[in-house]
Amino acid sequence: MTTEIHRDDLASKTGMWLFLFTEMLLFGGLFVVYSVYRYRNPIAFHLAAHELSVAIGTINTIILLISSSTIAMSITALQKQNKKLALLLLGITVFLGLAFLVNKYFEWGEHIKEHIYPGSPILALRGQGDVLFYGLYFFMTGLHALHIIIGLIFIAVIAVKIYGDKITFDNFVLLENSGLYWHLVDLIWIFLFPLFYLIT
Amino acid sequence: MENEKNHIIPYKTFLFVLAGLICLTLTSVLVTQISLGPLTVAIALLIAAVKSSFVLRIFMHLKFDNKMFSIGVIAVILLISVVIIITLLDYLYR
Amino acid sequence: MSTPKDIEEPSFLDHKGKYKGIYSWIFSTDHKRIALLYLFSILSFFVIGATLGLLMKFELIAPGNTLMDAQAYNAFFTLHGIVMIFAVVIPGLPAVFGNFLLPIMIGAKDVAFPRLNLMSWYLYVAGVILVVISQFAGQGPPDTGWTFYAPYSFRTTGTMLPAVFGAFVLGFSSILTGLNFLVTIHRMRAPGMTWLKMPLFPWTLYATGWVQLLATPIIGITLLMIVAERTLHIGFFDPTLGGDPLLYQHLFWTYSHPAVYIMILPAMGAISEIITTFAHKTIFGYKFMVASVLSIAFVGYFVWGHHMFTSGMSGTALYTFSLLTFLVAIPSAIKVFNWISTMHKGSIDLQTPFYWAMAFIFVFMVGGFSGLILGSLAANVHLHNTHFVVAHFHFIVFGGTGFAFFGAMHYWFPKITGKMYDTRWANIGLVLFFIGFITLYGPMFYLGFKGMPRRYFDYDEVFHAGNIISTMGSWVLYSGMAIIIINLFASLKSGVKALADQWGGKTLEWTIPSPPPVENFTDIPVITKGPYDYN
Repeated sequence: MTTEIHRDDLASKTGMWLFLFTEMLLFGGLFVVYSVYRYRNPIAFHLAAHELSVAIGTINTIILLISSSTIAMSITALQKQNKKLALLLLGITVFLGLAFLVNKYFEWGEHIKEHIYPGSPILALRGQGDVLFYGLYFFMTGLHALHIIIGLIFIAVIAVKIYGDKITFDNFVLLENSGLYWHLVDLIWIFLFPLFYLIT
Repeated sequence: MENEKNHIIPYKTFLFVLAGLICLTLTSVLVTQISLGPLTVAIALLIAAVKSSFVLRIFMHLKFDNKMFSIGVIAVILLISVVIIITLLDYLYR
Repeated sequence: MSTPKDIEEPSFLDHKGKYKGIYSWIFSTDHKRIALLYLFSILSFFVIGATLGLLMKFELIAPGNTLMDAQAYNAFFTLHGIVMIFAVVIPGLPAVFGNFLLPIMIGAKDVAFPRLNLMSWYLYVAGVILVVISQFAGQGPPDTGWTFYAPYSFRTTGTMLPAVFGAFVLGFSSILTGLNFLVTIHRMRAPGMTWLKMPLFPWTLYATGWVQLLATPIIGITLLMIVAERTLHIGFFDPTLGGDPLLYQHLFWTYSHPAVYIMILPAMGAISEIITTFAHKTIFGYKFMVASVLSIAFVGYFVWGHHMFTSGMSGTALYTFSLLTFLVAIPSAIKVFNWISTMHKGSIDLQTPFYWAMAFIFVFMVGGFSGLILGSLAANVHLHNTHFVVAHFHFIVFGGTGFAFFGAMHYWFPKITGKMYDTRWANIGLVLFFIGFITLYGPMFYLGFKGMPRRYFDYDEVFHAGNIISTMGSWVLYSGMAIIIINLFASLKSGVKALADQWGGKTLEWTIPSPPPVENFTDIPVITKGPYDYN
């Protein structure tokens, strides 16, 4: 049935990077859509961007950057055999990810209260540029938020494995891989932030 | 196993990089408050690119890994860029 | 290189593992069993797709409503396309022969991620189930064509969501297979097998893996956008909301053109293996073959607009895409030249797989030349959306991937099953298949040139004669197909025992027993020579 299991950490890491490439291309397709509609509706996009809260966007950006550093540091902690610190850092990472989602919830809530959401007739009345801007905004940040949720679940699973000593100081490629996934989520946001909040 | 297994990045490195990333973020926000025309967005994206390179090279370990991973990342970014450029060849010249 | 074989070791078919009966198959992570799971599924859907095609051709035997009305015909060609493209030819060779042969041909015991491999098959099954559901749920089956063009795909009352999700899930299956093969080839080649000592079929699986990995996500996100249009009215492709339907076409074809290279590259790899074995001669121009495979994969990424020449794109886009389309033909031509040169002064052994290979070269060239005609902007204006296009892609995809699939079946059948098939019936089937194929698709070039549109259930009386010939071709083709498949199944039961090296091939699969043992090799071989060392 299965062959003898031999460990190949480099294969595992390579597999994760290849998967990250597919995620980059998934969002890449949305960047294509963004480029086209931004080119065709420059003023509408510029004006609509003013309606987004730069403050919340900046805070969220910094939240993710900190969470990237905490998960990176958790690897160092595990390598130094400081299991407690590794788990603490992962806990902070998850907490920050949840904080990001909470911010997003309130941010979206504000827009939806003003009847700004995909398919809204009020939004349609505002003009095609606005419809496309907000369509892209909700779709791209929504897809990104979905990836945050997936990432948080992934990290939680890894944390449980570390707690149960299935992942240790000399066998931690799964922790590295979860870090890679989380950093990708951070990278996508690093580009979403200026493209929606800073094109003012 | 790899030599890279023994390579441990100090906490300080991560904290310095984090500090730099936060500074760059705040810079990009301040820059875009000043109106520099089309240049504004270009600068914001450039800063985003610089931030990304820090995340890729330090947090994601590309600086210390086999060069093939970096080549792969750059190739994918180029691929997406070329697809966007070719698509815009349609929209720009209609 | 070959070590004394352990005759006592049971084959992978007889292996007694943790599970019994059907569970020993559907829970197996053995790449060989997974390959056969795919073979069973893909062959089943091929027969379904072919039957749909047969019925479509019957509708077209006469103008007007012969068997079905326009709406039913729309549903037929939609399902025919979805099944054939997403469930048959894209998974096709990689999922069946890639899974079975790749680890063996590079001297490995399995792929890099065996459990992920099984997951890929589960995703395949989930995907096709969703597609089947779309036929029976809701207000009627999808009627947009397999291309799901906007805005109709989000306005039609046909049941789109399961079909679109099904395609998405099938795409995910494809991505994971590609990922698995890429890591396998990078990390698990036998000692001494440098990149340039790897046989050509694994090379094509490598190039295909990159295409699967880097192109499929684009259609993934595009299908999600269609879902968002249908459910949320998000506006990306809706002209009333500011969207551009053409952008859908750009995104769709940015994947779907590279997808045809997913279909054809492994086919070309299998043909290379077959030709070199039956010519008993090393492949002509190995390095150029490798370079051409990689160039096809690379350049193929940038030609998607040739599906959109009459859509309203800018002039700049038109001639950019036309130029790149002509360029991508060059490496394919190099391959054809090298195949012929391999045969030249070879010691040819005329067997069934070799006949398939020769048939492949012929139909592939017809398909390829017709592609160049379509790639010329002026000709395209006349030929777009006519039966000329239908002829082109059937010659090159069915002729290409399809013929190579059957060739590969007859080449590797003895290795996989340990039995030999009845050669006479195999060849009779092939001849009928080939005659039926040419009769079915040949007239379509003429019909299209004369102006018969595609995807129409009706046509002008002036096209009647050509259609009668074409439909009769479909009957001959279908009977050929039936003979081929029945022959192979019958040989499973009553075939003569096959040899470990049935054909005198030089690649690693011929050094192990037929059928192979579970772990392929008793000892991992050490490679010292090139892959086709006939000297």
